[in-house]
Amino acid sequence: MSRITPEEVRELALLARLALSEQEIARMTGDLDAILDYVDAMRELDTTGVEPMTHAVPFDCPLRADVVAPSLPVDEALANAPRREASFFQVPRIVPGPGGGGGEEDL
Amino acid sequence: MDARGASLTAIVDGVRAGTFGAREVAEQFLDRIARLDAPLGCYLKVDAEGARRRADAIDAARKAGRDPGPLAGAPLGIKDIFCTRGIETTCASKILRGFVPPYESTVTARLAAAGAISLGKLNMDEFAMGSSTENSAFKPTRNPWSTAHVPGGSSGGSAAAVAASLCAGATGTDTGGSIRQPASLCGVVGMKPTYGRVSRYGVIAFASSLDHPGPFGRTVEDSAALLEVMAGADPLDATSIPAPVGAYRQAARAGREGLKGVRLGVPAEYLQPGMDAEVEAAVRAALDELARAGATVVPVSLPHTKYAIATYYLICTAEASSNLARYDGVKYGQRAADAKSLEDMYTRTRGEGFGAEPKRRIMLGAYVLRAGYYEAYYGKALRARRKIADDFSAAFTKCDAIVTPTSPVPAFKFGERVSDPLQMYLADILTVAPNLAGIPAISQPCGFTKAGLPIGLQTIGPALGEEICFRVAGAYESRTEWHQRLPPEVV
Repeated sequence: MSRITPEEVRELALLARLALSEQEIARMTGDLDAILDYVDAMRELDTTGVEPMTHAVPFDCPLRADVVAPSLPVDEALANAPRREASFFQVPRIVPGPGGGGGEEDL
Repeated sequence: MDARGASLTAIVDGVRAGTFGAREVAEQFLDRIARLDAPLGCYLKVDAEGARRRADAIDAARKAGRDPGPLAGAPLGIKDIFCTRGIETTCASKILRGFVPPYESTVTARLAAAGAISLGKLNMDEFAMGSSTENSAFKPTRNPWSTAHVPGGSSGGSAAAVAASLCAGATGTDTGGSIRQPASLCGVVGMKPTYGRVSRYGVIAFASSLDHPGPFGRTVEDSAALLEVMAGADPLDATSIPAPVGAYRQAARAGREGLKGVRLGVPAEYLQPGMDAEVEAAVRAALDELARAGATVVPVSLPHTKYAIATYYLICTAEASSNLARYDGVKYGQRAADAKSLEDMYTRTRGEGFGAEPKRRIMLGAYVLRAGYYEAYYGKALRARRKIADDFSAAFTKCDAIVTPTSPVPAFKFGERVSDPLQMYLADILTVAPNLAGIPAISQPCGFTKAGLPIGLQTIGPALGEEICFRVAGAYESRTEWHQRLPPEVV
């Protein structure tokens, strides 16, 4: 019995914002199926009453003093941006305009 | 000074004493890289100009009577997962091509402040996901002992570069064995310290609760010298540990005096059928040698070992799917061309930018975190993680350190495992548990197969027990000569 279907893989890819080809989806379905089959051996382990371990070393989230300190200058923060305008990161239009669009060509 | 086979501590001693200059050292290593790196593929980027500038500054400081630092002139390679200000940092991924960090990781900043000289950035599996360096988006790295074989991974460039004397030491990161396994496969020393012992600031995140930066060296003392500088609390990493840094070099040297009174645990679960016979024989011989050094060898049990790989892959993929959400083409790195919408830009940027393994892990992580599956997979794994960590706590009531093989097999051939992700994951069987528990572990050479491939010995210590790891490893190294062997020069 397969544990994951190509349809579920397509849905996951959408959630993970990954464009996958049909070939990738087929391969991914098989790979994930084998891995999920392997990790299923965990089911036999009794973990009743075991506290989940989220961190290797127990620590309290320390608070720093609430003091303004210098941060990265705007130009340096924007230096790696694929596209920028003035002091902003530029992305394709989020809300389509009256004429539709929303693509990179509208930038 | 001959760069080939030179130890980092010997180079530093020479530079500090003025026997030779840091510039001379840097030139020798840059020359070796220029002549010998092409067939090995260790470096993604060589920073010759920067290395010369820093070497000259070290020499000038010494001549002016200033202390040039505890790592003066140490020529290092830096895994390309460490952000280096002004120098492209890609994590061996196409999605980060062209990314020039505006800041420096704490580790590389501390190494530079101590006088070390970075020669460049080293190849790795993309986003540190892999055990062979075959997952680099740019090129494979080859094992210096046999170029038909992988160097291990994910820090394969680091291990291979140290083995081939293309640097005298290197930085790496270890999420499930990514320092120790390549160290084992390339015949060098690699140390994964306690979680939080070394700051993760500026280290590109894979699985934040499991990522451990650490050093590679040709010798145990070289690794100890690097860790002394890399370690310590950092206000920029809230998970870094405030405990004082130990005297690791001293611990490595103390091993030479023997191991009287030291109890070494051997877990039956780590010497299972299916292990390579030559690896098993070498590790059993190493245990005999450690006993001759004065240690008492005691059996211990780590009964949840068989769940370690599943636990590890459930947790690391969950964390990775979250950490890698940031690569969306907006602020840095690559962006897909001609996007029709914001959504289209996100999905195509990520579809084009990530290689097969990061995609697989993002998908698996997204799956195990989904509502309805969360408790059965991720929740279960977090509980299993505690049981695995508790195994170690129980074992350390009976022993001071645990000794095991590092990898169940020596280096494998290109293509042998990469087509079957599960087979590749199983290569980590002996290294993942210390990451889940957050405890220190070191790998060092303990023999060679008949075919001439290195075999690695792993010593695991309790939390903040780096000293006992270095002491045991130092003891073994002082009584054997494996670490003095050099791989052939491939031109």
